[in-house]
Amino acid sequence: MFSRKSAGQPAMLAAVLSLGLAASAHAGTLVINTDTSDPAPKAAFEAAIEGFKAENPDVEVKWNIFDHEGYKTSIRNFLTAEAPDIAAWYAGNRMAPFVNAGLFEDVSDVWEGNGLNESLASAASSMTIDGKKWGVPYTYYQWGIYYRQDIFDDLGIEVPKTWDELKAAAAKLKENGITPFAIGSKALWPTGGWFDYMNLRVNGYEFHMDLTAGKVPYTDPKVVEVFDKWSELVEPGYFLENHAAYDWQEAVPFFVNGEAAMYLMGNFAVDLFKSGGLTEDQLGFMQFPEITPGLPKAEDAPTDTIHIPANASNKEDAKKFLAYVARAEVQTQMNEILGQLPTNKGSKRPEDKYLSQGFEMLSEAYALAQFYDRDARAEMAKAGMEGFQEFMVKPGNQDRILERLEKIRSRVYK
Amino acid sequence: MNRPAAISGTTTFWQRHQRQAAPWLFLAPGAFMFLVYVILPIFQSMWISLYEWDGIGEKTFIGIANYVELFDDDAFYTSLKNNVIWLVLYMLAVPAGLFVALFLNQTVFGIRLIKSLFFFPFVLSQVVVGLVFAWFYDPSFGLLAQVFEAFGLKPIAVLADEDYVTYGIIVAGLWPQIAYCMILYLTGLNNISPEQIEAGRLDGAKGIRMLWHVVLPQLRPATFIAVVVTVIGALRSFDLVSIMTDGGPYGSSRVLAYYMYEQALSEYGFRMGYGAAIAVVLFAIMMVYITVFLVRMFSEERGAR
Repeated sequence: MFSRKSAGQPAMLAAVLSLGLAASAHAGTLVINTDTSDPAPKAAFEAAIEGFKAENPDVEVKWNIFDHEGYKTSIRNFLTAEAPDIAAWYAGNRMAPFVNAGLFEDVSDVWEGNGLNESLASAASSMTIDGKKWGVPYTYYQWGIYYRQDIFDDLGIEVPKTWDELKAAAAKLKENGITPFAIGSKALWPTGGWFDYMNLRVNGYEFHMDLTAGKVPYTDPKVVEVFDKWSELVEPGYFLENHAAYDWQEAVPFFVNGEAAMYLMGNFAVDLFKSGGLTEDQLGFMQFPEITPGLPKAEDAPTDTIHIPANASNKEDAKKFLAYVARAEVQTQMNEILGQLPTNKGSKRPEDKYLSQGFEMLSEAYALAQFYDRDARAEMAKAGMEGFQEFMVKPGNQDRILERLEKIRSRVYK
Repeated sequence: MNRPAAISGTTTFWQRHQRQAAPWLFLAPGAFMFLVYVILPIFQSMWISLYEWDGIGEKTFIGIANYVELFDDDAFYTSLKNNVIWLVLYMLAVPAGLFVALFLNQTVFGIRLIKSLFFFPFVLSQVVVGLVFAWFYDPSFGLLAQVFEAFGLKPIAVLADEDYVTYGIIVAGLWPQIAYCMILYLTGLNNISPEQIEAGRLDGAKGIRMLWHVVLPQLRPATFIAVVVTVIGALRSFDLVSIMTDGGPYGSSRVLAYYMYEQALSEYGFRMGYGAAIAVVLFAIMMVYITVFLVRMFSEERGAR
């Protein structure tokens, strides 16, 4: 998930070059570092910065765009060496290393002073560590199952609402020679989406958060239950064969060609589905079905954020910028460009079919998880997703995998 | 020396020691670079391997805890096992290269072109080699899958199968490595003395016996270099693993070099100390070969004098 935008290697050169540009700023200059190397995020930030400049003509803005992948390494360098005044990053546990190392500034006062606790309420918990707020969210997007409406109609399959219906639909698709679920697990993170939803639906949000926070052993019977349920889909071969050989983009053709009928993904995939030739009539979106009856439904909704580094030299203007980006109309504008959802509840609802469905789903959600590799610690996330991938190829190794994950958990969260 | 006495009487220190000093002066820039960029980092890695460090926070001294953890780490043993498989199978490049070289060591029309075509894979970047083989192995549109289907067999997803994946990558690695060994042998074959071949022929040697007793002994220097570069190539097999599988599926194609990168520098890593500990182990393994290499080189140089 974390690396969804491009499969490329970090463009270190670009990162190094822009590092030089981030050099010292005098008062009145606002240095902003972002990882918005892709066209839409870049345009969204450009709009926000232009708007901010128009309102604050005395502030000179210096904006450094980093390569999306390279940024993950660069941020570690520039936060310690030549800190900008604003840095883009991600919510949840992903920001914890920087918060714990004292590299991000506490911005609780920005939240207090601008009523953000109200307007950004849904994202508040994912921005909070030790009771303080460490940044401002500006966009998020939903995860869920995208399905082929036309194939469902042909085979007379209703949109599944429960676990049994989902299994029945999968069985019917399989009988007709169609792979029920497309997935490409080469980059590992797509398996994290499956685990998140299985755990959120079987055990609920609180347990999922405890697990990703390292408070529960992976050998816990409740985790075992998740894998038992999951294997009801893995054992019959409902997932795309050889999925470990494909990236998520490489699994899309199976879905577009009608060889697979469902795809658990984030909303960013719609772009690729559409450019592959699917129309809005062919492509449907559904919430992940209920597994444990009556359990309140939480969803995965990764949130992108901006932060003030602790070593920033112009914190005053940086706080102004944070407050500006938190505003309803600014988020409306940015997310129209991004094709994602604004975190401010006063923002205009999106008109896009999938976004408006996602918006509705998320506004009724019991709680929002970030994503396995943003909620769990990096080391645990890597080992965990590797385990999920192994499980999806060799479900028989379940016990061994869980024991291994437990060993890693007890070391990582000691 | 027929120098006038007036000059030789006033020789400076520089003039007296010029001959001894010159080689060291010429070596100095290179030696300095080698010291700063090769020798010092080795000791730095050993030092870092005793710490727990994420690259941004405080370093914590933890003694040999990284090594203790390493010897209880399944992923480490997978990587080590794969490194051994790499070492053994990569050695096939040496006889294969010899075979191709013998085959191409002819004087017929256009042989230069053919030789350069055989050398072609070595010119390609490893990244390109990895990509080409990844497509070759692709279970849906790859050439291998097509061949399997032509015979009515179910295609194997080589790079997604924990049992085949390492072998699949090694085959990709052998392609350029064979070309490299071939070039080494071709140059070696150029230097074979025709008299000895002639003498062998008079004594009735031909075929395998000629190859084994007359040709191969003369190719010993080439064989030695080919073995050394192949061993080192096998141990640092990082690029192909990174390009073709990212160490997957579920870490089963990792080698030590890749595991080190993953732990120390990749998206989910930043455990500098642990990565350094892996690097030290890898260095220790390489050291065995490097020592053998150096000892032999010195003894041969002495023998030649």
